[in-house]
Amino acid sequence: MPVAYIPRTRELYSDFAPYRWVVNESVPWTPLRKPIAQAKIALMSSGGIMYREQPRFHHEDASYRRIPKDAAREDLYVWHFGYPTADAEKDPNCVFPLERMRELEAARVIGELSDPAFSFMGGIYSARKVRDELAPHIVGELRRAHVDAFYLVPA
Amino acid sequence: MTSALDITQSVKPPRAVFLNFPLGHQTGRPDDPGIQRQIVRDAMRAFESISTPGEIVRLPYLWDPNDRAWETQDYTKGWMPGRPRREDADAAEAERVARYAK
Repeated sequence: MPVAYIPRTRELYSDFAPYRWVVNESVPWTPLRKPIAQAKIALMSSGGIMYREQPRFHHEDASYRRIPKDAAREDLYVWHFGYPTADAEKDPNCVFPLERMRELEAARVIGELSDPAFSFMGGIYSARKVRDELAPHIVGELRRAHVDAFYLVPA
Repeated sequence: MTSALDITQSVKPPRAVFLNFPLGHQTGRPDDPGIQRQIVRDAMRAFESISTPGEIVRLPYLWDPNDRAWETQDYTKGWMPGRPRREDADAAEAERVARYAK
């Protein structure tokens, strides 16, 4: 049975006014213009991943990090307050499957893994901040890199 | 990807792949490249197989057949492990930055 996060969130944060979830009526849609085996895919995670000495995140943080696609596991770090991060710290592929995407590129399952990958910290209560501050920067990055699709992994 | 089906149904992204795993494990168990590879391959396949906007593909994998307790316990009061003390977190942070200083 899938966990019902909306009622659980209301209960967990019962000291606060109920969170106003984003409710979308329509679904944006861009057809995939080429087979995945020829497509350039960008990987991104809201799990709060940093590379080497990149600064850690903080609450309500709309910043993002560029992670080189060939980053070694020992150069990846995690900062997030909204989920238990021990497993992601041990193996970032739990929330940021960079090694797996590199393998799929080598196996030609995907055409190309875009460089860099991206990470941000999903514990942002303001949907407006995500829409107006974080998302446009990510979209700009994807356009500059001429990606065909992006793979967003939440945490 | 999603492990929060109700939130995803409200947000309505163009394409989604749902996996019933605990938060923080969206693309698999730690140090289990087999399940990670399976999940990510399925997601890449879904880019092509999803033809209806808003479609959510459900993956069949179980987190742990012997552990279903997380489904009732996660995201309830007291579920998160305690955070490190501020001074310990700051010390670890300073050590991380120093490690890469040229």
